Amino acid sequence: MSWLIALKAILMREALRFLGQRGRLVSALVRPLVWLFVFAAGFRAALGLSITPPYQTYVTYEIYIVPGLVGMILLFNGMQSSLSLVYDREMGSMRLLLTAPLPRWWLLFCRLVAAALISTLQAYAFLAVAALYGIRFPPLGYVAALPAILLAAMMLAALGLLLSSMIRQLENFAGVMNFVIFPMFFLSSALYPLWKMAEASPRLRDLCQANPFTHAVELIRFSLYLKGNLLALAVTAAAFLLFGALAVWGYDPARGLASRKA
Amino acid sequence: MDGLTVEGITYDFRSKRALEDVTFSVAPGRFCALLGPNGAGKSTLFGLLTRLFVARTGRIGIAGHDLAREPLAALARLGVVFQASTLDLDLTVRRNLLYFAALHGISGREAERRTAEALDRLGMAERASEKAGALNGGHRRRMEIARALIHRPSVLLLDEPTVGLDAASRAAITAHAHDLAGQGMTVLWATHLVDEVRPEDRLVVLHRGRVLADGIAGEIGGGDLTGAFLRMTGAPA
Repeated sequence: MSWLIALKAILMREALRFLGQRGRLVSALVRPLVWLFVFAAGFRAALGLSITPPYQTYVTYEIYIVPGLVGMILLFNGMQSSLSLVYDREMGSMRLLLTAPLPRWWLLFCRLVAAALISTLQAYAFLAVAALYGIRFPPLGYVAALPAILLAAMMLAALGLLLSSMIRQLENFAGVMNFVIFPMFFLSSALYPLWKMAEASPRLRDLCQANPFTHAVELIRFSLYLKGNLLALAVTAAAFLLFGALAVWGYDPARGLASRKA
Repeated sequence: MDGLTVEGITYDFRSKRALEDVTFSVAPGRFCALLGPNGAGKSTLFGLLTRLFVARTGRIGIAGHDLAREPLAALARLGVVFQASTLDLDLTVRRNLLYFAALHGISGREAERRTAEALDRLGMAERASEKAGALNGGHRRRMEIARALIHRPSVLLLDEPTVGLDAASRAAITAHAHDLAGQGMTVLWATHLVDEVRPEDRLVVLHRGRVLADGIAGEIGGGDLTGAFLRMTGAPA
């Protein structure tokens, strides 16, 4: 019972904080919208996309890129929550959280769920704007995508949590941008389909194939068209479990935080 | 035994020894000052007492519970005020308290009741819906102490709680913590300021990770605690 009380309180706290910072929603929306309105519009002419699952007909580049941009929102949010954890002030509230009389893995899981729900909300806000712009998916696709987006958000939030247990200083966040966010985003199927990558270099395609973010994006893409993608589901779920387990290990009182000055 | 016991705690930050065989105990209902200059190891000890990290050697007991063997039972009896503020400044005072209560398994009407009581005790009932960021430093500290008491712990740890406060707030909060000990709470108060320690307080002097003195403040200081403290900690280790 006390476990659920804590979960509810942590979700409520994140929701209230999110509502209190409206700028966060706007800035989270601006980035993918710029990609959609500027980058994709320009790229449409340069890049022809042939028929590739789940699409059954030729699609414009704007349609192709939307699931990837949903992934981008989840990726940036996951990393941003890790950034805020590294802030001293946030470390303060993290301390408060970790001294609650509940198992640490559960407390971290609650935080993950909260972060993933906020990310999902922003992803749907983006899908709504895209729909107004004319990029629409089957109505039921929006429902089917919910578990896919949530799982992808959990996986990326777990990665953020894992990084936050390893990053000692805020300055190192630039390194996270260079070594985590950019490679994860560009070496994925978010911007180009993998067969297009293979044309450039088969090795690059293999790298993209090994990137869990590719599978998160494909899971979202397929579910938006009411199609299953078992491989994408399996890889995203496995990556979530792996990152989550490593994050719990990183926050284990016997190590991880132990190597950081209190 | 109730109260707080620390036995043979040794702790290293990588290759640097932060605490060396630290042993002391605080009886229930006592106010114990943990006095040490900056860098003495006070915050490290607090990290261990709150199980943010664990030491490989030694034992910590909180209200009769071994922190290593029964961590959740021990943490449930522990109230903590950290050195850095842990309030959500953009949430209201009431929300901050309710959030903390829920982390300790208290919800619904009981949480509302205890929150209202805590605010009443501080004389802050009318400020419940203000954002925590609107409070001044002294009020924030008092609120953090009230919050640390919501789950009715039997041991209260405060890590340099008066840092950054003006003289009046400092005196008020020091007196408040002494009152809590008078009401039966076991209080461990870390500080580097000698004037926060009263002659009748239990005193543990920590310097460079070691306990230099352990006893009653008046007896250790012999009428001049400041001089005694400077002599103890000024000597080359």
